[in-house]
Amino acid sequence: MSNFPWLTVAGAIPLAGALAIGLLPSRPAPDGGSARKSSDELVKIIALVTSLVTLGVTVAMAVQFKTGGPRFQFTQQYQWIPQFGVHYAVGADGIALVLIVMSAILMPVVILASWRDAEGEADPSAQAVAGGKASSTPRRHSVKTYFALMLVLETMMIGVFAATDVFLFYVFFEAMLVPMYFMIGSYGVGQRQYAAVKFLLYSLLGGLIMLVAVIALYVYSTAGGHHGTFLFSQLSTLALSPTQSKWLFLGFFVAFAIKAPLWPFHTWLPDAATAAQPGAAVLLVGVLDKVGTFGMIRYCLELFPSAAHFFTPLVIVLSVIGVLYGAIVAIGQADIKRLIAYSSVSHMGLITLGIFAMTSQGQAGATLYMVNHGFATGALFLIAGFMVARRRSQLIADYGGVQKVAPVLAGLFLITGLAGLALPGLSTFVSEFLVLVGTFTKYEAAAVLATAGIILAAIYILWMYQRTMTGPVRPEVSGMADLRARELWAVGPLVALIIALGVYPKPVLNIINPAVRQTLVQVHSTDPVPPHPAPAAPVSTSSRTTGSRQQSGSAAAPERRSLP
Amino acid sequence: MTGSLAAVTPVIGAPNIEYGQLSPMLVVFGAAIAGVLVEAFVPRPARRAVHIVVALGSLAVAFALTIVVAASSSLFGGGSPGKIAAMGAVAVDRPTLFIQGTVLVLAFVSVLLIAESSHEVSAFAAQAAAVPGSPEEREGLLAGISHTEVYPLTLFAVGGMLLFPASNDLLTMFVALEVLSLPLYLLCGLARRRRLLSQEAAMKYFLLGAFSSAFFLFGVAMLYGFAGSVRLSAIAAAASANTSGSTLLYAGIALLGIGLLFKIGAAPFNNWKPDVYQGAPTPVTALMASCTLVSAFGALLRVFYVSFGQLTWSWRPALWAVAILTMVVGSVVAITQRDVKRLLAYSSIAQAGYVLTGVVAATALGLSSSLFYLAAYGFAVIGAFAVVPLVRDSTGEAADLSRWAGLGRRSPVLAGVFAFFLIAFAGIPLTSGFTGKFAVFQAAISGGALPLVIVGVLSSAILAFPYVRVIVLMFFSEPAPDGPVVVRPSAFTGVAVGIGAVVTLVLGIVPQPLLNVAQHAASQLFVR
Repeated sequence: MSNFPWLTVAGAIPLAGALAIGLLPSRPAPDGGSARKSSDELVKIIALVTSLVTLGVTVAMAVQFKTGGPRFQFTQQYQWIPQFGVHYAVGADGIALVLIVMSAILMPVVILASWRDAEGEADPSAQAVAGGKASSTPRRHSVKTYFALMLVLETMMIGVFAATDVFLFYVFFEAMLVPMYFMIGSYGVGQRQYAAVKFLLYSLLGGLIMLVAVIALYVYSTAGGHHGTFLFSQLSTLALSPTQSKWLFLGFFVAFAIKAPLWPFHTWLPDAATAAQPGAAVLLVGVLDKVGTFGMIRYCLELFPSAAHFFTPLVIVLSVIGVLYGAIVAIGQADIKRLIAYSSVSHMGLITLGIFAMTSQGQAGATLYMVNHGFATGALFLIAGFMVARRRSQLIADYGGVQKVAPVLAGLFLITGLAGLALPGLSTFVSEFLVLVGTFTKYEAAAVLATAGIILAAIYILWMYQRTMTGPVRPEVSGMADLRARELWAVGPLVALIIALGVYPKPVLNIINPAVRQTLVQVHSTDPVPPHPAPAAPVSTSSRTTGSRQQSGSAAAPERRSLP
Repeated sequence: MTGSLAAVTPVIGAPNIEYGQLSPMLVVFGAAIAGVLVEAFVPRPARRAVHIVVALGSLAVAFALTIVVAASSSLFGGGSPGKIAAMGAVAVDRPTLFIQGTVLVLAFVSVLLIAESSHEVSAFAAQAAAVPGSPEEREGLLAGISHTEVYPLTLFAVGGMLLFPASNDLLTMFVALEVLSLPLYLLCGLARRRRLLSQEAAMKYFLLGAFSSAFFLFGVAMLYGFAGSVRLSAIAAAASANTSGSTLLYAGIALLGIGLLFKIGAAPFNNWKPDVYQGAPTPVTALMASCTLVSAFGALLRVFYVSFGQLTWSWRPALWAVAILTMVVGSVVAITQRDVKRLLAYSSIAQAGYVLTGVVAATALGLSSSLFYLAAYGFAVIGAFAVVPLVRDSTGEAADLSRWAGLGRRSPVLAGVFAFFLIAFAGIPLTSGFTGKFAVFQAAISGGALPLVIVGVLSSAILAFPYVRVIVLMFFSEPAPDGPVVVRPSAFTGVAVGIGAVVTLVLGIVPQPLLNVAQHAASQLFVR
């Protein structure tokens, strides 16, 4: 089975599902009602089954992953546009693999949780406008389109993590915007148009800046009469001048910083996440943001190691600002979804901090954090969404005493909230701890400041919980129903994963660690040697020696050389 | 080289014409003349059908002949770079054949749009000569007649477009310029609705076009004064041998450049584009936005690569400035547009700027990427203009963008296709727009024009905003209660939109075949 095209199949299944949904007859029966409803149900079932099959395939793939094997596994490589040296090349290392699995897990969860979102009522303002002539205006949303967009998005999410060709990566990176744009703009709430446009333009600007860097990288790869290439494996051994390296790093980094989002490029996220339906917000914050941090590890660090070192202080400062700024602003939010979005800005700051600390603990922690954050914030968004759907308000002030009427909802909200503040025993604690330890060994001040973010997280999470869930039951929430079976099935697995990975993160770390070690070898970075037991030599900066020590016989540290 | 006059002998021999090489152009011109005869002799009820057959048939035959010429002379087989035909007046080489093929296919699609008549007869006036609002006009409308002269006029214009990039001397090029322009001036004034706007557009186009033709002609005169010949290769030879006194040469380059840049609508010579695109009947706009642009770029490429190929240092800074200005003006002004045709016009200006970034590279890569971009953009823009006339209200086309609100709810397919074209213009991957942009930007960076590319991507980002706003209007806004209706397209428009959309998608996913052809076409540059 080693030749089975796992990644291509995993990516193609959702696309096939989307096509199947698209081909379903959409014309409603003239009498409306039941025929439409049953066809909508069919659409949702197709979407759910497709995403579950995809999950099955990715899990089967993950099981086959050999942690001691070559870095990229399940590789495939075909020429796509020889003119530009573009290949269809996919492959997964440990980092990509866990992110692919995370995306595949989140997808059925989101579909299940979004069961009713697409046909939801128009937002209040639009309703008021449509008001009297509701019968004449066409129905607001097509359920079909919503779920088809989701599945297309899943294909692109898998593709963007699996691509080992920079051009292919870029194609998925940019094309991903379109389905998300429509999901926010067509199906969102409140200021959805503004949020969708802001999201698209921000991301597009970042993407276009990256495009210059991508093309320039290609042109530099043709230097010396070589055939130009976009293959990651060849580009990562490309010799660039320091100036080229710095500019290209910036080109890539700005795109990823916008995507992640890193302070000060974050302003689109709270708007987009607030306007999106909870399901779309989960994909946005849970997966799309991770594309940014994934891109930093894979492309910024490995393609431009010297520039990465050069810019590390800057990134560390921005990350720390992001951690604190996101947390402080989150405290002040009146809107639940906006609060979670800002908390996410804070957490993404921690992830970039872990990445650019350039220690194995920091990066392993950051990668693990990407996964955990996807689950924890995803669950938090979904549960908040369930609550919002019941009360029809996103304002924290409109709630109170929910735990008395909906104890299960409140309980799960508490668990996921505590995961957000990294309570020991929950998955985010492990990753946050690793990030902070990994950072502390190199940048003590940054780690100390970032730790303050955890305290702030406790404030915003617990204060939000207190205001919404505890206290006297407000009359508006007195009739609130507790979670339904469908909703439990959606968030249950996430909560289980949060607890399971908090207690036993080793399997995931085992997959991540080799990839992280190779990344560090590639960027010529080494872990500071701890003072006890005292080493004979000062901290070594030579990659050669530490590389071989860390790798202990596996693939020797690749030398920087120009293309063959 | 001045020998043609000096060597005149009392006996004037018959010129040697390579009919085979010129056959695509001859077929189109012949069909245009046949069209005039059809107008004279075929009874009115049958006229339209005969015209359509003649026009589409001739374009198809001409395209087939283009392929035959390309294949038979082993041009594309790796043999000669090309041939000089018609006593040196016409050059049939690889880039020209590529451009001619592109123009012919795009013209075919445009003629499909021109032939569209399902919604209220056609897009063209019953009698162009009737004063707007007069009884004669109403009479003509009631009689249900329309100008069938548009077909021969279109064919003449297309014939000019075929000759324009193939001209090997500047006088032929000037004649071709006029042959392609004059019918277009007329066609612009033939709109059935909003006739004053249409006539204004025609007038503007004519005056400004005549002005630019004069510039072109002055440039030709200067260059003749410099080189003693209007032959492109002779000018190139004189320029490289030149040791002193190049005032005439530079003035000639500048004036000639202005004439050509006017035709592609590059800033600061872009002012006609929005008015003309808006006022002209939409099928004619589609023709101009695709075929004229491709053809004019072909001529621009030939002149600058052949005649001034040794002088890149002299014109490159100017083209840099023009390209930057074009991209910035096109994208920034597009933001303020409220009319869909004007929006597409400004977008077309900006796109011309992107092609220019490929042109300034002045390499085979620059040429092939420009050719690819032009073909890719031509199909997308035709498709977009094909969609526009389908959205109608009581005043004809509902071109005002505010009227498009909620279109995505009323007719998701139409709005979806239009959104797809907009996404292609914005250069998002998996569309031809991305591949094209990638190609020209790559050529520009290889040619050392990195700053130009940075301006290009920033302008793309700006230009994305108006596109996105249209999508917001169509999909995310509530439909207005008395919104426009979307007419069901006839087979003509349906095929045109379909071709545009499919080509845009295919060139985004598997661009390799066309890229190969473009690279092959550009591999030897132009024949001299």
